[in-house]
Amino acid sequence: MCETCGCGDPNKVSVEVHDRILSVNDRAAAHNREHFVEVGVFAVNLMGSPGAGKTAVLEATARSLAGRSRLGAIAGDLETERDADRLRAAGVPAAAITTGSACHLDAEMVHKALHGFPWRDLDYLVVENVGNLVCPAIYDLGQAVNVVALSVTEGEDKPLKYPVMFRKADLVLLTKVDLLPHLDFRVEAVLDALGRVMPRPEVLRVSARSGEGIPGWVAWLEGRRAAQAKAVPAQVHPHRHHRHP
Amino acid sequence: MHEYSLVRAMADQVEHHARTHNAASVRRVAVRIGALSGVEPELFATAFTLCQEGVLAEAELEIRRSEAVWACPKCSAAIPAGAVLRCPGCQVPARLVTGDEIVLEQIEMEVAEVEREVPDV
Repeated sequence: MCETCGCGDPNKVSVEVHDRILSVNDRAAAHNREHFVEVGVFAVNLMGSPGAGKTAVLEATARSLAGRSRLGAIAGDLETERDADRLRAAGVPAAAITTGSACHLDAEMVHKALHGFPWRDLDYLVVENVGNLVCPAIYDLGQAVNVVALSVTEGEDKPLKYPVMFRKADLVLLTKVDLLPHLDFRVEAVLDALGRVMPRPEVLRVSARSGEGIPGWVAWLEGRRAAQAKAVPAQVHPHRHHRHP
Repeated sequence: MHEYSLVRAMADQVEHHARTHNAASVRRVAVRIGALSGVEPELFATAFTLCQEGVLAEAELEIRRSEAVWACPKCSAAIPAGAVLRCPGCQVPARLVTGDEIVLEQIEMEVAEVEREVPDV
């Protein structure tokens, strides 16, 4: 009987549910995360606007890690495999997810991309998300960290305009800093803006072109990966419901 | 527009509850969407109209909004919107209290036969 509005309609039933609408994605993400942690792969969800320099940062990261650690990538794009091709040319094993019209990657797409991709051999798996400062922010993929690339050509107020994305970031990479002498971009202004949308603002300045800041970014990754490895014994709940090739 | 895929996911959840309760149709669906959830309520409502079929054909959508509320996790002092997200007193990062919800909260259904005290599923 309906007691919500007091109409007493005997055929009306009101139920309180409180279901997270993203619960299906969250379960798939938790599944991915378990696999990554179990195997010791450090997964990064790299987000940012189109043209923020995500692929260029990955190319520079691969050069810096060469011979030390194994880096692989899953690149999401609406059309084409161009980013994945660029990464392969840089020696990074890469799978492409062509989303068609979807503006973001979800945990299931990443899970499917893992099949047939030698991700177990990696130390770092970077998921290069679709270039977009809105939609990717709400989908957990199973990553260990969210990293947002923000280029100095984009404007200092981007964090205030896109607070959802920056709130979810564990690290912001301020990219293309070699261009700073040619721009009116004030780094202090973007740092101030980030402090108003990120409770724990962490920012690193990098240039894929000059290599500036890349060692610091790689050191950040190595530190976080070491922290994940240390935390593993307590976190892993081994499950064996299917195997990945 | 990710709102469409969210509405699709919500429709699946509503249909599941409708089946569980043996409902003929759904009259009303209430969702909570936070200001920092990354979901645009207007787009969500538009996407909902595109998913209205089956038990949802006649359903009304109620969107309950919640503001972004930040507070200090130690002393509970409110951190006003737009301020630096750090407690000036305790010097610790602020915590989001409300504002990131994307939640299906309530469903009102029309049942074929009289049903009493339906437990939540």
